Amino acid sequence: MMLYLRLFYEFFKAGLFAIGGGMATVPFLYDMADATGWFTYNDLANMIAVGESTPGPIGVNMATYVGYVTGQSAAGIPGAILGAVIATLGLVTPSIIIILIIAAFLKSFRDNRYVDSAFYGLRPASTGLIAAAGLSVAVSNLFFTDTLAQGLSLAVLNWKGWILAVILWVLTNKVKKTKGLHPIIFILASAVVGVVFSM
Amino acid sequence: MNVLLDLFVTFAKVGVMTFGGGYAMLPILQRELVENKHWAAEEELVDYFAIGQCTPGVIAVNTATFVGQKLKGIAGGIIATLGVVFPSLVIISLLAGVISAFSHLQWVQHAFGGIRICVCILICNAVVKLYKKAVVDKLTLALFLAIALGSYFLPVSPVVFVVLSALVGIAVKNWGVRK
Repeated sequence: MMLYLRLFYEFFKAGLFAIGGGMATVPFLYDMADATGWFTYNDLANMIAVGESTPGPIGVNMATYVGYVTGQSAAGIPGAILGAVIATLGLVTPSIIIILIIAAFLKSFRDNRYVDSAFYGLRPASTGLIAAAGLSVAVSNLFFTDTLAQGLSLAVLNWKGWILAVILWVLTNKVKKTKGLHPIIFILASAVVGVVFSM
Repeated sequence: MNVLLDLFVTFAKVGVMTFGGGYAMLPILQRELVENKHWAAEEELVDYFAIGQCTPGVIAVNTATFVGQKLKGIAGGIIATLGVVFPSLVIISLLAGVISAFSHLQWVQHAFGGIRICVCILICNAVVKLYKKAVVDKLTLALFLAIALGSYFLPVSPVVFVVLSALVGIAVKNWGVRK
């Protein structure tokens, strides 16, 4: 019971403070991993990939996924489904409340200078939080952090990962033919590369 | 058809057709809500979308609540939101079950090893895109750097950074703190 309350609370918090959609939920999930121990950073990166590659808004997909996995480890499949529903409801409840309030005085909200100036500060903050979350994923995947404990050497570099990362960066930013493609294509291609080169 | 049921079904359809969320959703919303259902005018939709983007929460959910609310009040807002999340609940629950059943296999672990590298690049690209809109002067650059480093190195909840940065924005823009 406590677990489900905690799930609702954690996702309510993410729904209330994650601004800008999409990846904005990610830093809150990292915070959740630290605070609750429900999943590891690597689990989370897998969840992001699944959330990006399946239909539905990515924030909702990740809430469902985290809720499912967390509930499952506590009470099997029924717990998993309950967890998925509760985490998702937690995420959307603040949206429903806030939007219903805003809808009541739509015009004055858009023109309010306090709202406008708050976003002047919120936009770089949200971007900074996502950057920090990205750095966590990058460090735990591009370096073998457990090898690092034995001393600094070239062995800590996940060189296969670096090569794939550089290729993906070029394909998603520089090559005209591929940079507009949907992320799911790059995710699937990376899965194949991962299997072929034992990553 | 009952309007509430129609809202649920239409937004469930939007949920199924949305991959990744954000801007990718706008054309789908345009087709379903403006052209097929005539529930909102083009400009209204852009307004909802803009507000959905700058209010807390998932943009798709915020837009659904707005449109539902306009048609059928509070119940409409709630039903439309449940509609937009319903496909995710079903699809992810099925998929999570499959993945956890196979996750111990060596090749599945290798596949995710590759996928996680891709996730790094996707997040990096998202940051670059947001950065261009968010960092417009020295102060926003300072905020970005301070929060990126602070959040990475300090055990502080993102909530603290979000609240602080909103206050900084209000203080600077309204009470003439010099940049």
